[in-house]
Amino acid sequence: MDANTLYVLRIADACLIHGQRLAEWCGHAPVLEEDIALTNVALDHIGQARSLLALAGVLEGRGRDEDALAFLRAEREYRNPTALELPNGDFARTVLRSFLWASFMKVLCTALAASTNAQLAAIVAKSLKEVRYHQQHAGDWVVRLGDGSEESARRMGDALALLWPYTAEWFADDEIDAHAAASGIGPAWSSLQSAWRAEVEPVFAEAMLTPLADTPFRSTGKRGVHSEHMGFLLAEMQSLPRAFPGAVW
Amino acid sequence: MSTKNEWPLWEVFVRSKSGLDHKHCGSLHASDSAMALQMARDVYTRRQEGASVWVVRSDQIVASDPDTKDMFFEPAEDKVYRHPTFYKLPADVDHM
Amino acid sequence: MSATTHSLEEIFQAKIDADVRIEPKDWMPDAYRKTLVRQISQHAHSEIVGMLPESNWVTRAPSLKRKAILLAKVQDEGGHGLYLYAAAETLGVSRDELLDALHSGRAKYSSIFNYPTLNWADVGVIGWLVDGAAIMNQVPLCRCSYGPYARAMVRVCKEESFHQRQGFDALNVMMTQGTPEQRDMVQDAVNRWWWPSLMMFGPPDAESTHSTQSMRWGIKRISNDDLRQKFIDATVEQARVLGVALPDPDLKWNEARQSYDHGPIDWSEFWNVVNGHGPCNRERLADRVKAWDDGAWVREAALAHERKKQLRAKAA
Repeated sequence: MDANTLYVLRIADACLIHGQRLAEWCGHAPVLEEDIALTNVALDHIGQARSLLALAGVLEGRGRDEDALAFLRAEREYRNPTALELPNGDFARTVLRSFLWASFMKVLCTALAASTNAQLAAIVAKSLKEVRYHQQHAGDWVVRLGDGSEESARRMGDALALLWPYTAEWFADDEIDAHAAASGIGPAWSSLQSAWRAEVEPVFAEAMLTPLADTPFRSTGKRGVHSEHMGFLLAEMQSLPRAFPGAVW
Repeated sequence: MSTKNEWPLWEVFVRSKSGLDHKHCGSLHASDSAMALQMARDVYTRRQEGASVWVVRSDQIVASDPDTKDMFFEPAEDKVYRHPTFYKLPADVDHM
Repeated sequence: MSATTHSLEEIFQAKIDADVRIEPKDWMPDAYRKTLVRQISQHAHSEIVGMLPESNWVTRAPSLKRKAILLAKVQDEGGHGLYLYAAAETLGVSRDELLDALHSGRAKYSSIFNYPTLNWADVGVIGWLVDGAAIMNQVPLCRCSYGPYARAMVRVCKEESFHQRQGFDALNVMMTQGTPEQRDMVQDAVNRWWWPSLMMFGPPDAESTHSTQSMRWGIKRISNDDLRQKFIDATVEQARVLGVALPDPDLKWNEARQSYDHGPIDWSEFWNVVNGHGPCNRERLADRVKAWDDGAWVREAALAHERKKQLRAKAA
């Protein structure tokens, strides 16, 4: 697979895996209204994943469609950042991850409008509208919980301590970023860091949260080396297509 | 009972497209106005039903009393001269 | 009964007989209010408990298209629950009270959701048969005498037809383009859901406790047995198109009645499930209670945040 395909696949898989996690909330949210709202966010992610996986399949040129890529790859071939595959945890962790990722997607999609790949630019133009809403919805929750009750503030603090170290991976460039920037398909993700911080910090301030200091920890999902949780997520997600080869759904 | 901790109720009004009135379409619970607007969007406009949304706290609505319905609304009944059909005009100009 | 109550009741019944809708602030007999609260809240509970058997397959949907369809569908059920709770709230009960009745086991919900979803075809069959039966039940409620309930049902019915169609479509693809294993899967699901679907219309008219009064009040328009027959007559042809067998050897066309005759329904199973002894009663309720309890701190925090905001606004 060439570098540009992998670059697209990172974004596609992030949407897919995050959508899969958010979908787990369906039927189990703290109130009915939020159940419906969270499912809308999950649906947007699955829609984004479908468009981006289809594009990755075209770039790859081996005839794999969105479902072949979503359901029939080995764990190492998934390229999502690790943060998105971690279990949902409580509602605080869910909305914080959603906010952090939506903020990232907002700056990424904005930059990708200038992509030399016209299809990618068209996909992200649509996604940008969706992620702006995700950021608003999740960001409002981060503020409510961060500056809510004692318990919610504690839970939000715990969520931040757990998730923050995983965000470092998003901005740790490798040869795929270098190639993407050189070819013009998209920015090296490290170049998005200051814009992302500018999105995150005002909301953190309102939520009484402080970004944590950088740690030596680097997750490596983008390179296909995932957490222990990924195997279970994939086993569940892939079970039917794996059990019934040749089936039509 | 936990009712005292229930989020307030909001009434939702949706304008389906520019040029039309906002129409009452239901209600929902939300802890604040920003949330009420978002929830209204997520609950009541999933099928492109909306171009604009209003939300208002249900307890802020002042409503007429069904017991005064006769006093309120029946006096309008005999004011037939307010309606265009009251006036019989010559056929040539009756499209007026 | 005092003279005024009597005349109020007469006016009320005259309105119903004239097909005039009753609105929240209108006078209504206590028993009418109670019946509506019971029926609307049971209906709402059924919608949100009904999210569970299907959301059981969300993470395992076999294609991204089917995953999106299923999510949107289960989400709609949540929406329907919400519209219905809101309709019940116009009668002077809070949603929290209604949920408390559900969580403590005092309130009932449709027994169909106490059956397990064991394979992917169950999702399609629930759309086709269970939602199909629900639509039969619900369409007449769009003309229910209580305005807010009728309006909620109009919205529900509009959305529900997508549910039945997506279910049939999913099954049809498996039957016409799928593998033999997939066709077996569909038949297995039909075998398990057919009889419980027929039970969704409630006990036979002769044994139905609430029916007569509900008919008089315009809350119920068509009898259980008539709706059940209508459903069977519509479904037999659909099953033929799909190429599945309905698991009833006695199912055959009756020329004289211009309807299908069917075999006896096992009402002892129905009452067992209603009374808490179905395959999933405990799990379903436990799932709802857990989601509600786990969310308590979120609901409280949101209120706490709003109170702080108000205080700050006042201080400023």
